[in-house]
Amino acid sequence: MTMRLAADRVLVYGSAILLALWVLVPLYLIAIAAFSPQNAIYEYPKRLVPTELSAETMQFFLNSRGVLPSVVNSLIVAAITIVLGLGLGAPAGYALARFRFGGRDAFAVLILATKMFPIAILSIPLAVTFLQLGLYDSLAAVALVHTAMALPFIILVTSGVFVSVSQELEEAAQTLGCSRWTAFLRVALPLALPGLAAAAIFTFVISWNETFAATILTLRTRTLPAQVLTSLDQSPLYFKFAGGLFMVAPAILFIFFMRKYLLNLWGGR
Amino acid sequence: MSDVAREAGRGRGGREVLPFALLLPSVVFLILLIVIPMVQALLLAVQGDNGDLTTEHFQRMLGDTAFRDALRNTLLLLVLIVPLQIGIALAMALLVHSRFRGHAWFLYIYAIPLAVSDLAAGILWLSVFTERGYLNSILQGLGLIKDPIIYLSYESFGTILGAIVIAESWRATALVLVILVAGLQLIPRDYFEAADLFGASRLRRTIHIVLPLLRPSLQSALIIRTIFAFGTFAAVFALAGRNMPVLAGEAYSWYANNRNAHVAASYALVLLGLAIVMTVVYLRVLGIREAERTR
Repeated sequence: MTMRLAADRVLVYGSAILLALWVLVPLYLIAIAAFSPQNAIYEYPKRLVPTELSAETMQFFLNSRGVLPSVVNSLIVAAITIVLGLGLGAPAGYALARFRFGGRDAFAVLILATKMFPIAILSIPLAVTFLQLGLYDSLAAVALVHTAMALPFIILVTSGVFVSVSQELEEAAQTLGCSRWTAFLRVALPLALPGLAAAAIFTFVISWNETFAATILTLRTRTLPAQVLTSLDQSPLYFKFAGGLFMVAPAILFIFFMRKYLLNLWGGR
Repeated sequence: MSDVAREAGRGRGGREVLPFALLLPSVVFLILLIVIPMVQALLLAVQGDNGDLTTEHFQRMLGDTAFRDALRNTLLLLVLIVPLQIGIALAMALLVHSRFRGHAWFLYIYAIPLAVSDLAAGILWLSVFTERGYLNSILQGLGLIKDPIIYLSYESFGTILGAIVIAESWRATALVLVILVAGLQLIPRDYFEAADLFGASRLRRTIHIVLPLLRPSLQSALIIRTIFAFGTFAAVFALAGRNMPVLAGEAYSWYANNRNAHVAASYALVLLGLAIVMTVVYLRVLGIREAERTR
């Protein structure tokens, strides 16, 4: 029996580690590629443990034409998306968490459908509309589409957050003389802040990564992925590798901060 | 006092207006950003220059040699990637769910690609598959090859396809995993204990108890992954350039390079149509009642 248990354990940890390597090894490889000197990129065969690390390749990437402005653009788009998305989505999440009302199920279906809907594809007709409205090639246009993509997730996460904040506390505050609004502001909101921050982080990741809509809707005001994608044809390998790592790094960091909420995003409820 | 506060949320006739007021902004926003562009896409695809109905744009799309290749490649990638992802994700989910010591860390590691864009995933794997990349370096180091193999040339369709399949499976397996882990958590623990009590082996327990109960989650994972697979294009661009046309990539280049919104919108409609058809197929095949329960 103990033999079987030990064998079991080896099997479980062995396969768990193997699967972890499948995820981690490519990340390790792009990291050493991005921090190798430029000539090492063309060295062959490559070493799996680098002998020399250098920030030269990263610097080349960041100093390339259009890259820094595109990073700033990406950050601005993400910020607008977070503000707009939470502004629209958090009240809806609160309503789903606190009220039973007619049409609640229909709304839940709408959220489910939009979560899966390929919204990025719609940036093609939207580009035509934005041209007419004078919004084309603007960060606002990109942020609007990103908000539409993030909104269903924001609503799901915030509704989960408000469900976990006790309704009794809010009601107690109201019996003590708070209005519904001040009870929300002083009691529910502070308790919900960590969850709302997680929703904001996830929104950031969606916006930071989005490539299709950002490329279709802009010409000069590129976001970072749009900038990297449109320069793929004419950029050297080390530019691509540094760009790849630069795009991946913040995302990994952010997913770490919201690991508690990962299951809420895609899970059944 | 509290009654007063509660009254504030009610309209005439005692029906609450507050929840609807809270929902309204997001509903209006989603309609503006989804329904209107869909109508616009339809109009772009079927209208000529002076507003008359025409099939000219569709014909142009269908007549384009890249269309058939793109359709074939998109479906081929789908058929290869989705089962692979479901398999790997299921293995990861079952492992994590067995709650061995440290399982939470493994779940986090497995979920990392969730935050990686398809463009970045393509570039990541480019560092592996270029001529002087890591794969050739390892093979050469092991003495398995004499000269580096060229994986990503247009002459080697099979290896390009393989590279894209690996890059996309690597990235989007995390999405399937998260759906499956959430699904596993909904299965009451008693079911597992009962199976243990009757001495069911792990394999039999998985096949006869876990998989049937996990069907709703498997179904939503399938649908979501399939729809997302139709949108794949940046990883393909990063690895293969224009050597491997896919539908979303053609939609992109008709708009961005050829400046033809009409043909691009026709491609968009094909993609939307495929997404809807695949959803219906999955729901039919896997049973519609389960789909309702996943909600």
